[in-house]
Amino acid sequence: MKIVVCVKQVPDTAGGVKFNPDGTLDRGAMLTIMNPDDKAGLEAALRLKDQYGAEVTVVTMGLPKAEEVLREAMAMGADKGVLVTDRVLGGADTWATSTTLAGAIRNLEYDLIITGRQAIDGDTAQVGPQISEHLDIPVISYAQDIKIEGDSVVVERQYEDRYHVVKAKMPCLITALSELNEPRYMTPGGIFDAYKQEITVWGRADLKDVDDANLGLKGSPTKIAKASDKVRKGAGEKVSLDPDESVSYIVDKLKVKHVI
Amino acid sequence: MNLEEYKGVYVFAQQVDNEISSIAFELLGKAKDLAKDLNTDVTAVLIGSGVKGLADQLAEYGADKVIVVDDPELKDYRTEPYAHALASVINKYKPEIMLVGATAIGRDLGPRVSARVATGLTADCTVLEIGDFPLQAVPGQEQLHNQLLMTRPAFGGNTIATIACPYNRPQMATVRAGVMQKIDPIKGAKANVEEFNPGFTPDNKYVEILDIVKSVTETVDIMDAKILVSGGRGVGSPENFKILEDLAEVLGGTVSCSRAVVDSGWKPKDLQVGQTGKTVRPSVYFAIGISGAIQHVAGMEESDIIVAINKDADAPIFDVADYGVVGDLNKIVPKLTEALKAEIAAAK
Amino acid sequence: MDFTLSKEHEMARALFKEFAEKEVKPLAQEVDETEVFPRETVEKMAKLGFLGIPVPKEYGGQGCDPLTYAMCVEELSKVCGTTGVIVSAHTSLCCDPIMTYGTEEQKQKYLVPLAKGEKLGAFGLTEPGAGTDAQGQQTKAVLDGEEWVLNGSKCFITNGKEADVYVIFAITGTVEKRGRLQKEISAFIVEKGTPGFTFGTKEKKMGIRGSSTYELIFTDCRIPKENLLGQQGKGFNIAMHTLDGGRIGIASQALGLAEGALDNTIAYVKERKQFGRAIGAFQNTQFQLADMATKVEAAQLLVYKAAMAKATQKVYSVEAAKAKLYAAEVAMEVTTKAVQLHGGYGYIREYDVERMMRDAKITEIYEGTSEVQRMVISGALLK
Repeated sequence: MKIVVCVKQVPDTAGGVKFNPDGTLDRGAMLTIMNPDDKAGLEAALRLKDQYGAEVTVVTMGLPKAEEVLREAMAMGADKGVLVTDRVLGGADTWATSTTLAGAIRNLEYDLIITGRQAIDGDTAQVGPQISEHLDIPVISYAQDIKIEGDSVVVERQYEDRYHVVKAKMPCLITALSELNEPRYMTPGGIFDAYKQEITVWGRADLKDVDDANLGLKGSPTKIAKASDKVRKGAGEKVSLDPDESVSYIVDKLKVKHVI
Repeated sequence: MNLEEYKGVYVFAQQVDNEISSIAFELLGKAKDLAKDLNTDVTAVLIGSGVKGLADQLAEYGADKVIVVDDPELKDYRTEPYAHALASVINKYKPEIMLVGATAIGRDLGPRVSARVATGLTADCTVLEIGDFPLQAVPGQEQLHNQLLMTRPAFGGNTIATIACPYNRPQMATVRAGVMQKIDPIKGAKANVEEFNPGFTPDNKYVEILDIVKSVTETVDIMDAKILVSGGRGVGSPENFKILEDLAEVLGGTVSCSRAVVDSGWKPKDLQVGQTGKTVRPSVYFAIGISGAIQHVAGMEESDIIVAINKDADAPIFDVADYGVVGDLNKIVPKLTEALKAEIAAAK
Repeated sequence: MDFTLSKEHEMARALFKEFAEKEVKPLAQEVDETEVFPRETVEKMAKLGFLGIPVPKEYGGQGCDPLTYAMCVEELSKVCGTTGVIVSAHTSLCCDPIMTYGTEEQKQKYLVPLAKGEKLGAFGLTEPGAGTDAQGQQTKAVLDGEEWVLNGSKCFITNGKEADVYVIFAITGTVEKRGRLQKEISAFIVEKGTPGFTFGTKEKKMGIRGSSTYELIFTDCRIPKENLLGQQGKGFNIAMHTLDGGRIGIASQALGLAEGALDNTIAYVKERKQFGRAIGAFQNTQFQLADMATKVEAAQLLVYKAAMAKATQKVYSVEAAKAKLYAAEVAMEVTTKAVQLHGGYGYIREYDVERMMRDAKITEIYEGTSEVQRMVISGALLK
């Protein structure tokens, strides 16, 4: 079995958010990590490898620095790494990103593609399903459990109040939730081995069956009109009222904020 | 793509078990605002099996027109037949705006459909409005009017971006649940109902549902809770936490506490918020009888909304609270619970 | 001369740090409070190869260099001094001498499971009357047919009752040196469970309280002849050479404790307010932090230099002694200042710096006191 796992290097927005004195994000000071949902996807692939035997290829698109997440993936046990990097691919939205990744994956053999549900920087959850559309294969999003049955996968697909047990014929794309598993750690020796291996680097010219009009900033249908950092809040209002007034005050505020 | 051909604001009217999801009504509410600005009407796209009877409800919440795609293949949600249905509707009716709920269904359906119809999709929007792109006129670039401007948080809520989709149609967005307002239903309202079936031929992309398992609610980890009602030493006794539990129950929230409460043996350690406890980030954090020592604040200051109730007007908790109420929690909290109970009952 | 770490080392550090934060830190207070050996953590570390970092792959290890190993002990000790010393004693004092002096059979039988973490190692040199003065040994080993018979006791043994494999030193005879009779010491590998090998009292310690420190007692304990480690009579050299490596481990532990205390203090002074402002805004705090950070970095450079020396040099006693002397004294100084800057909270067990200060003290004492390190360093200067 051949498994392709898509991973993204992201700023650590959960633990390592750093602010400038004016309350804006200090991006330069933030550490980068392997996106948690992607890491769960990789772990799922590695478990399938442990259980059924598989070759796991990790693909990432990003700046040359994104090589680090491929090394990390290989130190965890992935077999191969592919870095898709090119100036013309920069500034891509999810449409252009998924077009690019699909163009790279067309060069690879795969039975299964696993992506994270969403990245913690963009939180869109779009790239996985869009890749599956470009490759014309089924998608099962929000996987909380993955099993192989012959030439099919059986996946527990999570919804808000239920899950579906879904069976799909391979090749198939699955998007993984970080709740899917507890990803393994790298090993010290695995790290040094990972740096001894070759990483495949592909540019625009290596992408298969993609149109320039669908790549990078130019090929992105969505355009950013405005972006700003949310300024960290300080003290809000403080009131001294009698109990009934206090209650109405809180209820009103909760209404304004759509809590109720 | 002739952008002029695309008209109307469309909403994917999500239903589960043939019951329309609340998000569909919320989207209709917003769609009505947008349609008014664009001088157009609102269409709901209802996809399922045996769902035609639900069209009137959509009309009551603001749909001028309902397109019903009804087919046995659409009984339970599966990506492919639903994507085929919605993409076919888009290709046939050419909406200028297509709104989808940012639910576990919508966040799967939206991207698949947007890729199929080759347009952009903005995820998890919290604000939608009609405006110009670019926002301010730029020399040498045509400023487009009547664009859908989609605002969304990113970077774990640390940044806000406003996004447009100026050169592709439809302009698609998934919208976060609970953010948009539904309208007061107009009893007896009727919509123009149109049935459409693009034909469903199962292929490799039609997955098979082997089982559907509905989940039972479990106890919530305070780190996952959307609403936390947190008590401190000011609550006075372990028994008195009952009034906090009542408040939490009304809001579907969870009770947590400060270190002092754990040290006093009133509550277990896994409910402790703070530097030596857990770091939480709920939508709403009630700090009740909590003074707000920095060790506590470090664990909760990232909460979206902080409501503090404390009798000491100088308590440091008021430095981080959005809404601070100086007063006796024993008098305020039970009344607050009753008031919220009444409000929630009235909204139903 | 390049002071930047390789990407491999940076990633290894990130791994150790992540592990320490997620798996070790949450237990640090409890381990200290209850004095219970963190068995589960050791098992997790075994699975990840942390118990055989500098051991070659063919012997079940990770095949990394001593610097990677030092960084592991450093990162673990940043959050828990106990966990740091468990790895240090196992790796430096048990795996390393078997790697260096063991026969192929001994390596296969003992080093492989040790490096894989299936077994835990310990080292027994110190006796009640022989601490700094290793020549004061009383434990004896006598060859009886195909077996060595051990009698005596060892004290203050790290990983005491928890280990499976012990490197033990004992007197095997006397030799005449410069007209004086000297004890001839040899090294042995002893397995737990060998009849005649029992444990005495568990020590109650000031710091590193979760590490299991025991007295080892040998009463007519018979071990196979082939468990002699290295040449007969070379035990003193084996012990001293092993301790050179051990000192790099302890220096890393001390360094980690100092760094952990500094990190905690930086976070604290930003939040703690007195007289209406964060105490980090006061110049006294700032100057204290500047001194702490400078010394911590100096200690780190010495420790890393010693670790690199172990990788490239046959003899690295002086480098190891300097690293341990300085890192241990910096650990004591920085953790003490950290407690002071925390004020009253620093004296309370809920705050990690209180434990770190207690943990730091031992680094000035074990595997050669600071005074011994000064003897080693000055001895080389005046040779």
